[in-house]
Formats: sequence, C-alpha cells, structure tokens
Amino acid sequence: MARMKFLCDAERCIECNGCVTACKNENEVPWGVNRRRVVTINDGVVGAEKSISVACMHCSDAPCMAVCPVDCFYRTDDGVVLHDKDLCIGCGYCFYACPFGAPQFPQAGAFGLRGKMDKCTFCAGGPEPDRSEAEFKKYGRNRLSEGKLPACAEMCSTKALLGGDGDVISDIYRDRVARRGNKGAEAWGWGSAYGQPPKAAAPAAPAGGKS
Amino acid sequence: MRPRQAVLTALLVAFFPLAGCMEVEQTSSAKQAGQTVRRDTSAWSNAPLAGGPAWKQGDRTSWEEQIKKRQLAQNESVRIGN
Repeated sequence: MARMKFLCDAERCIECNGCVTACKNENEVPWGVNRRRVVTINDGVVGAEKSISVACMHCSDAPCMAVCPVDCFYRTDDGVVLHDKDLCIGCGYCFYACPFGAPQFPQAGAFGLRGKMDKCTFCAGGPEPDRSEAEFKKYGRNRLSEGKLPACAEMCSTKALLGGDGDVISDIYRDRVARRGNKGAEAWGWGSAYGQPPKAAAPAAPAGGKS
Repeated sequence: MRPRQAVLTALLVAFFPLAGCMEVEQTSSAKQAGQTVRRDTSAWSNAPLAGGPAWKQGDRTSWEEQIKKRQLAQNESVRIGN
C-alpha cells in the first residue's frame, strides 16, 4: 500500500458541492467549519470555468506536522495525516503552514475565541478507540475502519473526486486521460470529461449483396 | 619569535581546523515531528461490520485487498464496461 490521497479531476467537477455536503453529513461537522470546499476559477466564463474540491491533501511531508508546537499530528500506516485534539492548543500555526487552507477553527465562544483545530480525516477518525462515540464526536466517522473510502469521494456523482491509494487513483486518472484522446487545454465539455465512446465497428456487408 | 610564542602559535594552528568540530548540536534528536501521538489503532485491526465490506480482522493484506476493490469501483469505465 502506498499512501491514501485525494485527486480531483477539474474537467469533471461541476461545483455541485455534493462532496461538501457528504462530508458535513457523514462527520456532523460543526457550523462554520468546512473540512472540504469547492473552489472555482473563471466563474461564468464559457470554456474556462474550472472547479476543484479541496480539503486536507494528507501530504507525505506535511508542513502542519512540522510546525505544530505541541506535535499533535501523526501519520497512520496508510499515510493519513491525523491529529489529536486533546493535545491541540488551537494556536493556528498549522493554518499558516498549510498550502491548502485545510485546518479549520470552530468558534468556541464569544469574541471570536478560537477552538481546537478541525480538518479532513480522510474519514479515518482520530486517536480515540475506533468507532467509539468519543471518536465520532471529536473527529467524525471512521469509515476506513469499516472498510470504506471517504464519503466525499464515494458520493461524487461525476467521479471527479477520487480517493484512495495514490497508485490506484493515479491509474484511474491516467486511464481517463488516455480515453480523452489527444486534446489540449482548449478542449472542454462532455467528450473531454468522459471520453469518447469507442467507435462501433461498421456492420459487415451481407455476402452477395449489391455493392 | 620567542619559543613560548612559537609554541602557542603552533598550538593555535594545530587546533584551529578542529574548531568546527566543537559545534554543539542544537536540535533534539529525541523528538521528531509526528512521534508524540501513538495511541491510534490501524483500520484493519477492527472487525468488519455485518453486511459491510469483509476482511480478516487484523490482517492488513486482506483489508487492503477489499479496499482496493472499492477504489477501483471509482473507475466507471471498468465498472460499467465502457
């Protein structure tokens, strides 16, 4: 097993926010916290509008892990970057370090009091006992311990968002790009996103028929 | 040059190249990022849920095999046979 990763296909993402909703619902994410969000560029420009779904990318050399003053981050055997909320002091260093803006901080009280950091767990829970109520309350559902993939990726209607072992999802994406054919960045639309169906073989002329 | 000065100079010249070796390590080798939290358990150590994906409890390989099938199901070209 390599490492668990997310991959978002900008040709397919239709900014439906289904992944955001799936994440919110599956993990009962508190109000004001977005573990996942959809980012769109060139909004409304025909042919140039692109969207991708962004969350924690579970970096192999995670900067959040490097800068955390209390070392509350850890990496699981399958490459998922998680953190321990019992150790987190809510300082926000990880937010400054993260290139994706993944760490989120719930408002824990009046006057903008910042709570402990919350982020995508790749639906792998946290250090509490797997599938326990404590784990669910702090980190959300542990789908990996149920043999499932993250809810966002499994719920994606266009399969723009792929989740799983980096090698496997890379192969899926490579296969997808190959099906699109030799198109450049100018290509967009259904054919680019889903590939061209294989051309049906021309029906053979009946023997003895007219030429 | 007096003999005493000569000896001091010789000592300085002899030990000057070693000055760099005297540098004290300022980072702790005992603590590395990501080493503090050690109480999490692996996904495959759990028993599979009834009616859900199946694997042999504690067997990483069988867990990986079943989740790889799930990952490959994300490829609709294979799933629906396009």
